[in-house]
Amino acid sequence: MTDLTSFGVKDIRDGVAKGDFTAREVAEGFNAAVAGAAALNAFIVSTPDHALAAADKVDAARAAGDALGKMAGVPIGMKDLFATNGVQTTAASHILEGFTPRYESTVSQKLWDAGAGMLGKLNLDQFAMGSSNETSYFGNVSSPWRKAGSNQPMSPGGSSGGSSSAVAARIAPAATGTDTGGSIRQPAAFTGICGIKPTYGRCSRWGIVAFASSLDQAGPMARSVEDCAIMLGAMAGFDPKDSTSLQMDVPDWEAALNADLRGKKVGIPREYRMEGTDQAILDSWEQGKAWLKDAGAEIVDVSLPHTKYALPAYYIVAPAEASSNLARYDGVRYGLRDLPEGVGLQDMYAATRAAGFGDEVKRRILIGTYVLSAGFYDAYYTQAQKVRALVARDFARAFEECDVILAPTTPTASFPLGSMNEDPLTMYLNDVFAVPASLAGLPAMSVPATINADGLPLGLQLVGRPFDEQGVLNAGLAIQQRAGFTAKPEKWW
Amino acid sequence: MSVDKATVAKIASLARIRMDDAELEQMVPELNGILQWVEQLGEVDVTGIEPMAAVIPNTLRLRDDVVDADPLTGGGKQGDVLANAPAAEHGFFGVPKVIE
Repeated sequence: MTDLTSFGVKDIRDGVAKGDFTAREVAEGFNAAVAGAAALNAFIVSTPDHALAAADKVDAARAAGDALGKMAGVPIGMKDLFATNGVQTTAASHILEGFTPRYESTVSQKLWDAGAGMLGKLNLDQFAMGSSNETSYFGNVSSPWRKAGSNQPMSPGGSSGGSSSAVAARIAPAATGTDTGGSIRQPAAFTGICGIKPTYGRCSRWGIVAFASSLDQAGPMARSVEDCAIMLGAMAGFDPKDSTSLQMDVPDWEAALNADLRGKKVGIPREYRMEGTDQAILDSWEQGKAWLKDAGAEIVDVSLPHTKYALPAYYIVAPAEASSNLARYDGVRYGLRDLPEGVGLQDMYAATRAAGFGDEVKRRILIGTYVLSAGFYDAYYTQAQKVRALVARDFARAFEECDVILAPTTPTASFPLGSMNEDPLTMYLNDVFAVPASLAGLPAMSVPATINADGLPLGLQLVGRPFDEQGVLNAGLAIQQRAGFTAKPEKWW
Repeated sequence: MSVDKATVAKIASLARIRMDDAELEQMVPELNGILQWVEQLGEVDVTGIEPMAAVIPNTLRLRDDVVDADPLTGGGKQGDVLANAPAAEHGFFGVPKVIE
Protein backbone atom coordinates (compact mmCIF):
# COMPACT_ATOMS: atom_id res chain seq x y z
CA MET A 1 0.00 0.00 0.00
CA THR A 2 1.16 3.53 -0.75
CA ASP A 3 2.53 5.42 2.21
CA LEU A 4 -0.41 7.58 3.21
CA THR A 5 1.89 10.43 4.25
CA SER A 6 2.74 11.00 0.58
CA PHE A 7 -0.84 12.23 0.03
CA GLY A 8 -2.10 15.77 0.09
CA VAL A 9 -5.45 17.21 1.18
CA LYS A 10 -7.51 16.23 -1.87
CA ASP A 11 -6.16 12.68 -2.11
CA ILE A 12 -6.80 12.08 1.59
CA ARG A 13 -10.28 13.58 1.56
CA ASP A 14 -11.29 11.65 -1.55
CA GLY A 15 -9.61 8.43 -0.41
CA VAL A 16 -11.37 8.53 2.93
CA ALA A 17 -14.69 9.32 1.27
CA LYS A 18 -14.27 6.39 -1.16
CA GLY A 19 -13.15 4.02 1.56
CA ASP A 20 -9.69 3.37 0.11
CA PHE A 21 -8.35 3.89 3.63
CA THR A 22 -9.72 5.15 6.93
CA ALA A 23 -9.18 8.55 8.46
CA ARG A 24 -7.67 6.77 11.45
CA GLU A 25 -5.02 5.12 9.26
CA VAL A 26 -4.14 8.53 7.85
CA ALA A 27 -3.93 10.13 11.29
CA GLU A 28 -1.80 7.28 12.61
CA GLY A 29 0.56 7.59 9.65
CA PHE A 30 1.06 11.32 10.12
CA ASN A 31 1.29 11.06 13.91
CA ALA A 32 4.16 8.62 13.44
CA ALA A 33 5.79 10.92 10.86
CA VAL A 34 5.55 13.86 13.27
CA ALA A 35 7.01 11.80 16.11
CA GLY A 36 9.89 10.77 13.86
CA ALA A 37 10.80 14.28 12.74
CA ALA A 38 11.92 15.93 15.97
CA ALA A 39 15.13 17.05 14.24
CA LEU A 40 13.17 19.56 12.16
CA ASN A 41 11.77 21.19 15.34
CA ALA A 42 8.69 22.05 13.29
CA PHE A 43 6.25 21.38 16.12
CA ILE A 44 6.20 23.04 19.54
CA VAL A 45 3.74 20.44 20.82
CA SER A 46 2.21 17.48 19.05
CA THR A 47 -1.41 16.51 19.62
CA PRO A 48 -1.78 12.95 18.29
CA ASP A 49 -4.93 12.39 20.33
CA HIS A 50 -6.63 15.37 18.70
CA ALA A 51 -5.82 13.99 15.25
CA LEU A 52 -7.08 10.51 16.17
CA ALA A 53 -10.30 11.76 17.77
CA ALA A 54 -11.12 13.85 14.70
CA ALA A 55 -10.33 10.89 12.44
CA ASP A 56 -12.56 8.55 14.43
CA LYS A 57 -15.40 11.03 14.16
CA VAL A 58 -15.00 11.13 10.38
CA ASP A 59 -14.83 7.34 10.12
CA ALA A 60 -17.96 7.04 12.24
CA ALA A 61 -19.77 9.64 10.16
CA ARG A 62 -18.85 7.81 6.98
CA ALA A 63 -20.00 4.48 8.42
CA ALA A 64 -23.30 6.11 9.35
CA GLY A 65 -23.67 7.48 5.84
CA ASP A 66 -23.51 11.12 6.98
CA ALA A 67 -22.26 13.87 4.71
CA LEU A 68 -18.53 14.48 5.16
CA GLY A 69 -16.92 17.92 5.51
CA LYS A 70 -14.56 19.67 3.11
CA MET A 71 -11.51 18.52 5.05
CA ALA A 72 -12.88 15.23 6.32
CA GLY A 73 -10.10 12.94 7.46
CA VAL A 74 -7.27 15.40 6.80
CA PRO A 75 -4.93 15.89 9.77
CA ILE A 76 -3.20 19.25 9.64
CA GLY A 77 -0.58 21.27 11.46
CA MET A 78 -1.80 24.40 13.25
CA LYS A 79 0.54 27.38 13.42
CA ASP A 80 0.97 28.14 17.13
CA LEU A 81 -0.50 31.59 16.63
CA PHE A 82 -4.07 30.22 16.60
CA ALA A 83 -5.75 29.84 19.98
CA THR A 84 -6.71 26.20 20.47
CA ASN A 85 -9.02 25.23 23.29
CA GLY A 86 -7.13 23.26 25.92
CA VAL A 87 -3.89 23.17 23.94
CA GLN A 88 -0.97 25.45 24.77
CA THR A 89 -0.78 28.49 22.49
CA THR A 90 2.51 30.40 22.68
CA ALA A 91 3.14 32.46 19.53
CA ALA A 92 6.61 30.88 20.01
CA SER A 93 7.23 33.24 22.91
CA HIS A 94 8.29 32.74 26.51
CA ILE A 95 5.72 35.28 27.67
CA LEU A 96 2.88 32.97 26.54
CA GLU A 97 4.57 29.72 27.52
CA GLY A 98 1.99 27.52 29.23
CA PHE A 99 -0.93 29.70 28.11
CA THR A 100 -3.84 27.36 27.53
CA PRO A 101 -6.80 29.06 25.86
CA ARG A 102 -10.33 28.29 27.02
CA TYR A 103 -11.67 29.03 23.57
CA GLU A 104 -10.97 28.12 19.95
CA SER A 105 -9.98 30.53 17.18
CA THR A 106 -12.61 30.91 14.46
CA VAL A 107 -10.34 29.56 11.72
CA SER A 108 -9.28 26.46 13.64
CA GLN A 109 -12.89 25.81 14.71
CA LYS A 110 -13.99 25.99 11.07
CA LEU A 111 -11.32 23.48 10.12
CA TRP A 112 -12.42 21.06 12.85
CA ASP A 113 -16.04 21.54 11.79
CA ALA A 114 -14.97 20.62 8.25
CA GLY A 115 -13.58 17.31 9.51
CA ALA A 116 -9.88 18.14 9.89
CA GLY A 117 -7.84 17.04 12.90
CA MET A 118 -4.77 18.55 14.53
CA LEU A 119 -1.33 16.94 14.49
CA GLY A 120 0.12 19.62 16.71
CA LYS A 121 1.03 23.28 17.13
CA LEU A 122 3.66 24.45 14.68
CA ASN A 123 6.72 26.48 15.51
CA LEU A 124 7.08 29.99 14.07
CA ASP A 125 9.03 33.18 14.47
CA GLN A 126 8.19 34.72 17.83
CA PHE A 127 4.88 36.62 17.51
CA ALA A 128 5.29 36.01 13.74
CA MET A 129 8.15 38.52 13.66
CA GLY A 130 10.89 37.17 11.44
CA SER A 131 11.62 35.76 8.01
CA SER A 132 13.78 32.74 8.85
CA ASN A 133 12.19 31.06 11.88
CA GLU A 134 15.17 31.94 14.04
CA THR A 135 13.34 34.13 16.58
CA SER A 136 11.29 31.38 18.24
CA TYR A 137 11.78 30.89 21.98
CA PHE A 138 11.47 27.18 21.23
CA GLY A 139 14.45 27.04 18.88
CA ASN A 140 15.07 27.34 15.15
CA VAL A 141 13.09 25.30 12.68
CA SER A 142 15.11 23.50 10.02
CA SER A 143 13.99 23.23 6.46
CA PRO A 144 13.88 19.64 5.23
CA TRP A 145 15.78 20.95 2.18
CA ARG A 146 19.56 21.15 2.12
CA LYS A 147 21.96 22.42 -0.47
CA ALA A 148 23.23 19.63 -2.68
CA GLY A 149 26.22 18.00 -1.01
CA SER A 150 25.90 19.95 2.25
CA ASN A 151 24.67 19.17 5.75
CA GLN A 152 24.22 22.80 6.71
CA PRO A 153 20.76 23.44 8.22
CA MET A 154 18.74 25.76 6.01
CA SER A 155 16.00 28.24 6.88
CA PRO A 156 12.40 27.17 6.18
CA GLY A 157 11.51 30.87 5.88
CA GLY A 158 9.31 32.73 8.28
CA SER A 159 7.27 33.42 10.06
CA SER A 160 5.26 30.29 9.17
CA GLY A 161 8.46 28.20 9.15
CA GLY A 162 7.12 25.27 11.16
CA SER A 163 4.23 25.10 8.70
CA SER A 164 6.44 25.16 5.60
CA SER A 165 8.94 22.69 7.03
CA ALA A 166 6.25 20.20 8.09
CA VAL A 167 4.38 20.30 4.79
CA ALA A 168 7.54 20.06 2.68
CA ALA A 169 8.80 17.17 4.81
CA ARG A 170 5.49 15.28 4.36
CA ILE A 171 4.90 15.11 8.09
CA ALA A 172 1.69 17.10 7.52
CA PRO A 173 -0.39 17.20 4.32
CA ALA A 174 -1.21 20.86 4.97
CA ALA A 175 -0.89 23.52 7.62
CA THR A 176 -2.30 26.86 8.56
CA GLY A 177 -0.14 29.92 8.15
CA THR A 178 -0.57 33.62 8.76
CA ASP A 179 0.80 36.36 6.56
CA THR A 180 1.48 39.88 7.81
CA GLY A 181 4.23 40.82 5.35
CA GLY A 182 4.96 37.60 3.48
CA SER A 183 4.85 35.02 6.26
CA ILE A 184 2.91 32.47 4.19
CA ARG A 185 4.42 33.12 0.76
CA GLN A 186 8.12 33.45 1.62
CA PRO A 187 8.30 30.17 3.62
CA ALA A 188 6.25 28.43 0.92
CA ALA A 189 8.75 29.59 -1.71
CA PHE A 190 11.72 28.50 0.43
CA THR A 191 10.39 24.96 0.80
CA GLY A 192 8.83 24.21 -2.58
CA ILE A 193 5.19 24.27 -1.49
CA CYS A 194 2.11 26.43 -2.17
CA GLY A 195 0.65 29.03 0.13
CA ILE A 196 -2.05 31.63 -0.34
CA LYS A 197 -2.83 34.74 1.65
CA PRO A 198 -6.41 35.66 0.81
CA THR A 199 -7.87 39.16 0.61
CA TYR A 200 -7.66 40.92 3.97
CA GLY A 201 -10.84 40.04 5.85
CA ARG A 202 -11.56 36.68 4.17
CA CYS A 203 -10.38 34.70 7.19
CA SER A 204 -11.42 35.76 10.66
CA ARG A 205 -8.64 37.05 12.88
CA TRP A 206 -10.59 36.14 16.02
CA GLY A 207 -8.43 33.96 18.22
CA ILE A 208 -5.22 34.58 16.25
CA VAL A 209 -2.49 36.16 18.37
CA ALA A 210 -2.36 39.69 16.94
CA PHE A 211 0.83 41.11 15.42
CA ALA A 212 -0.22 43.95 13.07
CA SER A 213 -3.99 43.87 12.89
CA SER A 214 -4.42 45.83 9.64
CA LEU A 215 -2.17 43.32 7.86
CA ASP A 216 -2.61 39.93 9.57
CA GLN A 217 -4.39 37.33 7.43
CA ALA A 218 -4.58 33.56 7.79
CA GLY A 219 -4.22 31.19 4.87
CA PRO A 220 -3.43 27.59 3.93
CA MET A 221 -0.05 26.07 3.11
CA ALA A 222 -0.07 22.80 1.17
CA ARG A 223 1.69 21.04 -1.67
CA SER A 224 -0.73 21.83 -4.49
CA VAL A 225 -2.94 24.65 -5.69
CA GLU A 226 -5.99 22.36 -5.43
CA ASP A 227 -5.19 21.58 -1.81
CA CYS A 228 -4.87 25.29 -1.02
CA ALA A 229 -8.22 25.97 -2.70
CA ILE A 230 -9.93 23.26 -0.65
CA MET A 231 -8.42 24.32 2.65
CA LEU A 232 -8.97 28.04 2.09
CA GLY A 233 -12.63 27.24 1.44
CA ALA A 234 -12.80 25.64 4.88
CA MET A 235 -10.97 28.50 6.63
CA ALA A 236 -12.68 31.53 5.08
CA GLY A 237 -16.02 33.09 5.90
CA PHE A 238 -17.75 35.91 7.70
CA ASP A 239 -17.29 36.12 11.45
CA PRO A 240 -19.19 38.72 13.48
CA LYS A 241 -16.48 38.46 16.16
CA ASP A 242 -13.92 40.13 13.87
CA SER A 243 -14.88 43.71 13.01
CA THR A 244 -12.79 43.58 9.82
CA SER A 245 -14.25 40.28 8.63
CA LEU A 246 -15.68 40.44 5.10
CA GLN A 247 -19.42 39.93 5.00
CA MET A 248 -19.33 38.08 1.69
CA ASP A 249 -20.11 34.60 0.46
CA VAL A 250 -17.18 32.25 0.14
CA PRO A 251 -16.97 31.04 -3.46
CA ASP A 252 -16.35 27.37 -4.18
CA TRP A 253 -12.77 27.95 -5.25
CA GLU A 254 -12.04 24.26 -5.74
CA ALA A 255 -14.97 23.68 -8.09
CA ALA A 256 -14.15 26.75 -10.18
CA LEU A 257 -10.43 25.99 -10.63
CA ASN A 258 -9.56 26.51 -14.28
CA ALA A 259 -6.08 26.76 -15.74
CA ASP A 260 -7.29 28.02 -19.10
CA LEU A 261 -6.14 31.64 -19.06
CA ARG A 262 -7.32 32.68 -22.51
CA GLY A 263 -8.61 36.24 -22.38
CA LYS A 264 -6.67 36.98 -19.18
CA LYS A 265 -3.91 39.54 -18.91
CA VAL A 266 -0.92 38.92 -16.68
CA GLY A 267 0.91 42.03 -15.50
CA ILE A 268 4.68 42.09 -15.06
CA PRO A 269 5.63 44.92 -12.69
CA ARG A 270 8.82 46.51 -14.00
CA GLU A 271 9.81 47.85 -10.57
CA TYR A 272 10.24 44.28 -9.29
CA ARG A 273 13.46 43.97 -11.32
CA MET A 274 15.63 44.81 -8.35
CA GLU A 275 19.29 44.75 -7.70
CA GLY A 276 20.30 41.90 -5.43
CA THR A 277 17.84 39.47 -6.98
CA ASP A 278 19.40 36.10 -7.85
CA GLN A 279 19.78 35.42 -11.57
CA ALA A 280 18.06 32.07 -11.08
CA ILE A 281 15.03 33.91 -9.67
CA LEU A 282 14.95 36.26 -12.66
CA ASP A 283 15.20 33.26 -14.97
CA SER A 284 12.31 31.51 -13.21
CA TRP A 285 10.26 34.69 -13.59
CA GLU A 286 10.88 34.57 -17.36
CA GLN A 287 9.91 30.92 -17.34
CA GLY A 288 6.73 31.81 -15.45
CA LYS A 289 5.78 34.33 -18.11
CA ALA A 290 6.22 31.66 -20.78
CA TRP A 291 4.08 29.19 -18.83
CA LEU A 292 1.23 31.66 -18.40
CA LYS A 293 1.46 32.62 -22.07
CA ASP A 294 1.23 28.95 -22.91
CA ALA A 295 -1.93 28.80 -20.79
CA GLY A 296 -3.44 31.42 -23.08
CA ALA A 297 -2.76 34.61 -21.13
CA GLU A 298 -1.49 37.82 -22.62
CA ILE A 299 1.59 39.24 -20.90
CA VAL A 300 1.58 43.00 -20.32
CA ASP A 301 4.02 45.35 -18.61
CA VAL A 302 2.64 47.23 -15.64
CA SER A 303 4.12 49.78 -13.30
CA LEU A 304 3.96 49.84 -9.50
CA PRO A 305 5.97 53.03 -8.96
CA HIS A 306 5.99 52.99 -5.14
CA THR A 307 7.29 49.43 -4.80
CA LYS A 308 10.60 50.62 -3.38
CA TYR A 309 8.83 52.39 -0.53
CA ALA A 310 6.54 49.53 0.47
CA LEU A 311 9.07 47.81 2.72
CA PRO A 312 10.10 50.90 4.72
CA ALA A 313 6.42 51.84 5.08
CA TYR A 314 5.73 48.33 6.34
CA TYR A 315 8.51 48.63 8.92
CA ILE A 316 6.73 51.62 10.40
CA VAL A 317 3.13 50.42 10.19
CA ALA A 318 3.71 46.86 11.39
CA PRO A 319 5.88 47.71 14.43
CA ALA A 320 3.50 50.54 15.35
CA GLU A 321 0.56 48.15 15.42
CA ALA A 322 2.67 45.52 17.17
CA SER A 323 3.68 47.91 19.93
CA SER A 324 -0.01 48.55 20.62
CA ASN A 325 -1.11 44.93 20.31
CA LEU A 326 1.67 43.57 22.49
CA ALA A 327 0.94 46.05 25.27
CA ARG A 328 -1.51 43.43 26.58
CA TYR A 329 1.32 41.18 27.80
CA ASP A 330 1.73 42.62 31.23
CA GLY A 331 2.01 39.67 33.60
CA VAL A 332 -1.45 40.28 35.04
CA ARG A 333 -4.08 38.39 33.08
CA TYR A 334 -2.25 35.51 31.42
CA GLY A 335 1.20 34.29 30.56
CA LEU A 336 4.47 34.92 32.29
CA ARG A 337 4.83 37.10 35.39
CA ASP A 338 8.24 38.22 36.61
CA LEU A 339 7.85 39.87 40.00
CA PRO A 340 11.20 40.75 41.53
CA GLU A 341 11.22 41.01 45.33
CA GLY A 342 9.66 44.19 46.68
CA VAL A 343 8.82 45.95 43.40
CA GLY A 344 5.57 47.65 42.40
CA LEU A 345 3.23 47.18 39.45
CA GLN A 346 5.16 49.26 36.89
CA ASP A 347 8.40 47.42 37.60
CA MET A 348 6.57 44.12 37.38
CA TYR A 349 5.37 45.04 33.87
CA ALA A 350 8.88 46.00 32.79
CA ALA A 351 10.49 42.92 34.30
CA THR A 352 7.87 40.58 32.84
CA ARG A 353 8.22 42.04 29.36
CA ALA A 354 12.02 42.03 29.56
CA ALA A 355 12.01 38.33 30.46
CA GLY A 356 9.17 37.30 28.18
CA PHE A 357 9.95 38.91 24.82
CA GLY A 358 12.82 37.97 22.52
CA ASP A 359 15.23 40.47 20.97
CA GLU A 360 13.42 40.90 17.64
CA VAL A 361 10.10 41.44 19.40
CA LYS A 362 11.65 44.04 21.69
CA ARG A 363 13.27 45.78 18.73
CA ARG A 364 9.95 46.06 16.92
CA ILE A 365 8.08 47.22 20.02
CA LEU A 366 10.68 49.95 20.52
CA ILE A 367 10.50 51.05 16.88
CA GLY A 368 6.72 51.10 17.10
CA THR A 369 6.71 53.02 20.36
CA TYR A 370 9.12 55.55 18.89
CA VAL A 371 7.23 56.18 15.64
CA LEU A 372 3.97 56.61 17.55
CA SER A 373 5.44 58.91 20.21
CA ALA A 374 4.55 62.56 20.50
CA GLY A 375 6.44 64.70 18.00
CA PHE A 376 7.28 61.82 15.64
CA TYR A 377 3.83 60.45 14.84
CA ASP A 378 3.25 62.57 11.74
CA ALA A 379 6.77 62.31 10.38
CA TYR A 380 6.79 58.52 10.60
CA TYR A 381 3.39 56.94 11.08
CA THR A 382 1.17 59.33 9.12
CA GLN A 383 3.71 59.50 6.30
CA ALA A 384 3.89 55.68 6.18
CA GLN A 385 0.10 55.40 6.04
CA LYS A 386 0.07 57.85 3.14
CA VAL A 387 2.73 55.85 1.32
CA ARG A 388 0.67 52.75 2.02
CA ALA A 389 -2.29 54.42 0.30
CA LEU A 390 -0.03 55.09 -2.71
CA VAL A 391 1.14 51.47 -2.82
CA ALA A 392 -2.50 50.37 -2.85
CA ARG A 393 -3.31 52.93 -5.55
CA ASP A 394 -0.46 51.58 -7.70
CA PHE A 395 -2.06 48.13 -7.60
CA ALA A 396 -5.54 49.52 -8.34
CA ARG A 397 -4.15 51.27 -11.43
CA ALA A 398 -2.20 48.21 -12.54
CA PHE A 399 -5.35 46.10 -12.30
CA GLU A 400 -6.99 48.39 -14.83
CA GLU A 401 -4.52 46.90 -17.30
CA CYS A 402 -4.22 43.31 -16.12
CA ASP A 403 -6.11 40.60 -14.23
CA VAL A 404 -3.31 39.11 -12.17
CA ILE A 405 0.30 40.07 -11.46
CA LEU A 406 3.24 37.69 -11.76
CA ALA A 407 6.42 38.32 -9.77
CA PRO A 408 9.06 36.43 -7.86
CA THR A 409 8.10 35.57 -4.27
CA THR A 410 11.57 36.24 -2.84
CA PRO A 411 14.82 37.78 -4.10
CA THR A 412 16.84 34.71 -3.04
CA ALA A 413 16.43 31.02 -2.31
CA SER A 414 16.60 29.79 1.28
CA PHE A 415 19.78 30.60 3.21
CA PRO A 416 21.62 28.73 5.96
CA LEU A 417 20.30 29.25 9.49
CA GLY A 418 22.47 31.80 11.26
CA SER A 419 23.79 33.40 8.09
CA MET A 420 21.66 36.57 8.13
CA ASN A 421 21.73 37.63 11.75
CA GLU A 422 24.30 40.40 11.78
CA ASP A 423 21.99 43.21 10.78
CA PRO A 424 18.20 43.02 11.19
CA LEU A 425 17.79 45.04 7.98
CA THR A 426 19.25 42.39 5.68
CA MET A 427 16.63 39.95 6.93
CA TYR A 428 13.82 42.46 6.40
CA LEU A 429 14.85 42.86 2.74
CA ASN A 430 13.95 39.24 2.01
CA ASP A 431 10.28 40.26 2.10
CA VAL A 432 10.69 43.01 -0.51
CA PHE A 433 8.44 41.30 -3.09
CA ALA A 434 5.90 40.02 -0.60
CA VAL A 435 5.15 43.14 1.44
CA PRO A 436 3.48 45.35 -1.21
CA ALA A 437 0.49 42.97 -1.61
CA SER A 438 0.18 42.82 2.18
CA LEU A 439 0.05 46.59 2.48
CA ALA A 440 -2.69 46.64 -0.16
CA GLY A 441 -4.64 43.75 1.42
CA LEU A 442 -4.62 41.77 -1.84
CA PRO A 443 -4.84 38.01 -2.36
CA ALA A 444 -1.40 36.63 -3.16
CA MET A 445 0.04 33.18 -3.58
CA SER A 446 3.37 31.48 -3.97
CA VAL A 447 3.70 28.36 -6.10
CA PRO A 448 6.86 26.32 -6.61
CA ALA A 449 8.52 26.93 -9.98
CA THR A 450 11.86 25.24 -10.14
CA ILE A 451 15.07 24.20 -8.38
CA ASN A 452 18.20 26.34 -8.43
CA ALA A 453 21.79 25.18 -8.99
CA ASP A 454 22.12 24.34 -5.27
CA GLY A 455 19.07 22.09 -5.44
CA LEU A 456 16.87 24.54 -3.52
CA PRO A 457 13.30 25.40 -4.54
CA LEU A 458 12.24 28.76 -5.95
CA GLY A 459 8.71 30.14 -5.93
CA LEU A 460 6.67 32.42 -8.14
CA GLN A 461 4.14 34.85 -6.77
CA LEU A 462 0.71 35.74 -8.11
CA VAL A 463 -1.17 38.78 -6.86
CA GLY A 464 -4.83 39.39 -7.64
CA ARG A 465 -7.53 42.00 -7.36
CA PRO A 466 -9.36 42.29 -4.04
CA PHE A 467 -11.66 39.25 -3.55
CA ASP A 468 -10.24 37.52 -6.67
CA GLU A 469 -8.64 34.53 -4.98
CA GLN A 470 -10.01 32.52 -7.91
CA GLY A 471 -7.90 34.42 -10.44
CA VAL A 472 -4.82 33.90 -8.30
CA LEU A 473 -5.50 30.17 -7.82
CA ASN A 474 -6.22 29.68 -11.53
CA ALA A 475 -2.96 31.31 -12.61
CA GLY A 476 -1.19 29.30 -9.91
CA LEU A 477 -2.72 26.12 -11.30
CA ALA A 478 -1.55 27.02 -14.81
CA ILE A 479 2.00 27.35 -13.48
CA GLN A 480 1.74 24.18 -11.43
CA GLN A 481 0.64 22.16 -14.46
CA ARG A 482 3.53 23.43 -16.55
CA ALA A 483 6.27 23.58 -13.93
CA GLY A 484 5.85 19.89 -13.11
CA PHE A 485 7.51 20.52 -9.78
CA THR A 486 8.01 17.06 -8.30
CA ALA A 487 11.27 17.59 -6.44
CA LYS A 488 11.18 16.77 -2.76
CA PRO A 489 13.73 16.95 0.01
CA GLU A 490 15.71 13.83 0.73
CA LYS A 491 14.92 12.50 4.18
CA TRP A 492 17.75 13.14 6.67
CA TRP A 493 15.73 13.74 9.84
CA MET B 1 16.67 61.48 12.75
CA SER B 2 18.69 59.29 15.03
CA VAL B 3 18.36 58.13 18.60
CA ASP B 4 20.93 58.12 21.39
CA LYS B 5 21.12 55.90 24.42
CA ALA B 6 19.04 58.25 26.56
CA THR B 7 16.28 58.28 23.94
CA VAL B 8 16.29 54.50 23.66
CA ALA B 9 16.07 54.29 27.45
CA LYS B 10 13.08 56.63 27.34
CA ILE B 11 11.35 54.55 24.64
CA ALA B 12 12.05 51.34 26.54
CA SER B 13 10.52 52.87 29.63
CA LEU B 14 7.44 53.99 27.66
CA ALA B 15 7.16 50.46 26.27
CA ARG B 16 7.59 49.01 29.79
CA ILE B 17 10.55 46.86 28.86
CA ARG B 18 13.39 46.83 31.38
CA MET B 19 16.76 47.12 29.67
CA ASP B 20 20.21 47.23 31.18
CA ASP B 21 23.05 49.37 29.86
CA ALA B 22 24.47 46.67 27.61
CA GLU B 23 21.10 46.05 25.97
CA LEU B 24 20.55 49.76 25.43
CA GLU B 25 24.03 50.12 23.90
CA GLN B 26 23.30 47.28 21.51
CA MET B 27 19.86 48.63 20.57
CA VAL B 28 21.09 52.14 19.64
CA PRO B 29 22.85 51.27 16.35
CA GLU B 30 20.17 48.71 15.43
CA LEU B 31 17.36 51.21 15.84
CA ASN B 32 19.35 53.90 14.04
CA GLY B 33 19.97 51.56 11.12
CA ILE B 34 16.25 50.94 10.78
CA LEU B 35 15.26 54.58 11.32
CA GLN B 36 17.76 55.84 8.75
CA TRP B 37 16.47 53.31 6.26
CA VAL B 38 12.80 54.27 6.71
CA GLU B 39 13.73 57.93 6.32
CA GLN B 40 13.60 57.44 2.52
CA LEU B 41 9.82 57.68 2.88
CA GLY B 42 10.37 61.42 3.18
CA GLU B 43 11.21 61.48 -0.56
CA VAL B 44 7.69 60.43 -1.51
CA ASP B 45 5.36 63.17 -2.67
CA VAL B 46 2.19 62.60 -0.66
CA THR B 47 0.46 65.86 -1.53
CA GLY B 48 -3.28 65.37 -1.35
CA ILE B 49 -3.01 61.73 -0.21
CA GLU B 50 -5.07 60.67 2.78
CA PRO B 51 -3.36 58.26 5.17
CA MET B 52 -4.82 54.78 4.72
CA ALA B 53 -7.35 53.91 7.39
CA ALA B 54 -8.78 50.64 6.09
CA VAL B 55 -7.09 48.46 3.51
CA ILE B 56 -10.34 46.93 2.22
CA PRO B 57 -13.33 49.26 2.38
CA ASN B 58 -15.59 47.92 5.09
CA THR B 59 -18.18 49.46 7.36
CA LEU B 60 -18.28 48.74 11.03
CA ARG B 61 -21.32 46.74 11.99
CA LEU B 62 -23.49 47.12 15.03
CA ARG B 63 -24.56 43.92 16.68
CA ASP B 64 -28.04 43.43 18.04
CA ASP B 65 -28.42 44.98 21.46
CA VAL B 66 -28.91 41.67 23.22
CA VAL B 67 -27.27 40.52 26.44
CA ASP B 68 -24.83 37.66 25.74
CA ALA B 69 -25.62 37.81 22.00
CA ASP B 70 -22.58 35.61 21.54
CA PRO B 71 -22.20 33.33 24.54
CA LEU B 72 -18.47 33.02 23.80
CA THR B 73 -17.79 36.69 24.25
CA GLY B 74 -20.66 37.46 26.62
CA GLY B 75 -20.50 37.50 30.41
CA GLY B 76 -20.45 34.78 33.02
CA LYS B 77 -16.94 33.68 32.14
CA GLN B 78 -15.04 34.49 35.32
CA GLY B 79 -13.50 31.04 35.61
CA ASP B 80 -12.32 31.03 32.00
CA VAL B 81 -11.02 34.57 32.20
CA LEU B 82 -8.99 33.84 35.31
CA ALA B 83 -7.85 30.37 34.25
CA ASN B 84 -4.51 31.57 32.88
CA ALA B 85 -3.85 34.38 35.35
CA PRO B 86 -0.46 34.12 37.07
CA ALA B 87 -2.02 35.14 40.41
CA ALA B 88 -5.81 34.91 40.52
CA GLU B 89 -7.17 35.64 43.98
CA HIS B 90 -10.76 35.70 45.24
CA GLY B 91 -12.10 35.92 41.69
CA PHE B 92 -9.82 38.82 40.73
CA PHE B 93 -6.45 39.37 39.08
CA GLY B 94 -3.86 39.70 41.83
CA VAL B 95 -1.24 42.43 41.40
CA PRO B 96 1.45 43.88 43.65
CA LYS B 97 0.45 46.78 45.88
CA VAL B 98 -0.19 49.92 43.80
CA ILE B 99 -1.08 52.37 46.60
CA GLU B 100 1.47 53.07 49.31
